[in-house]
Amino acid sequence: MLATRWQPFGLGEMWSEMNRLHEEMDRLFGRYGVGDGRRAVAPAYPAMNLWQDEDNLYCEAELPGMELADLEIYATGGNQLTIKGKREAPSHEQGTWHRRERGYGSFARVLTLPQEVDAERVEAKFCHGVLCVILPKREESKPRRIEVKAG
Amino acid sequence: MTEMVKKDTGTDVATVERTRTGTTYVPRCDIVETDDELLLYGDLPGVKSENLDVRFENERLIIHGKVEPRHEDREFVYGEYGIGDYYREFHIFEGVDAEKISADLKNGVLCVHLPKTEAVKPRRIEVKAD
Repeated sequence: MLATRWQPFGLGEMWSEMNRLHEEMDRLFGRYGVGDGRRAVAPAYPAMNLWQDEDNLYCEAELPGMELADLEIYATGGNQLTIKGKREAPSHEQGTWHRRERGYGSFARVLTLPQEVDAERVEAKFCHGVLCVILPKREESKPRRIEVKAG
Repeated sequence: MTEMVKKDTGTDVATVERTRTGTTYVPRCDIVETDDELLLYGDLPGVKSENLDVRFENERLIIHGKVEPRHEDREFVYGEYGIGDYYREFHIFEGVDAEKISADLKNGVLCVHLPKTEAVKPRRIEVKAD
């Protein structure tokens, strides 16, 4: 998977050792949050994050250099989100490349969401290279509070 | 829509200090050299042009992009990446004309043009035939 930025520390082995310790500690102390708290390894490009509130699921992916027209977003099967696209490399035939860190090419990723969503009302916003897909939850799959009758 | 970011060559600019906690990431960059200029592309998603600070001082190109936190009031479910500022420095050799450096930010990709001075541009030498 090619992320948009380097992992801190940069050295593969050292990072995975420290990451393992970090994750163990987080599991022990139950720390949650965006960022370095609880991070899974993305199986494919792009890396995606998921938030929710009562009514919607918010799925976000960092996709710099993409145009909205080059992105294909599908909501299928009630709880699956597919993001496909292609990023072109800038062409410089006579230039010499000193560094080549950014990735190019086509990508496709399917994410299974924790709840069913209403595909008709899904919205996608793309600004400053960040894609945010707002998926309204289906009424049936929203949690329902159960009244407890005093006995 | 392309947003133009003009950089400042003043040497009296203070270095940027962090005033809030958060992680800073190293953005991935591509550097290509043509006959006339050096081009630097950087992936800085989530950075608006008013929060991007590109400066060239003491032969160093410094890129600092501040990212506003996103989805702070929502419940976090699953994450594969963190959200934070971007910072990177490059040492640029002397053959760059500092006055003419320009940069633009489009869809989260920063493109910095560093034009070369005339002295270092490659010159074709005529070979006189016998």
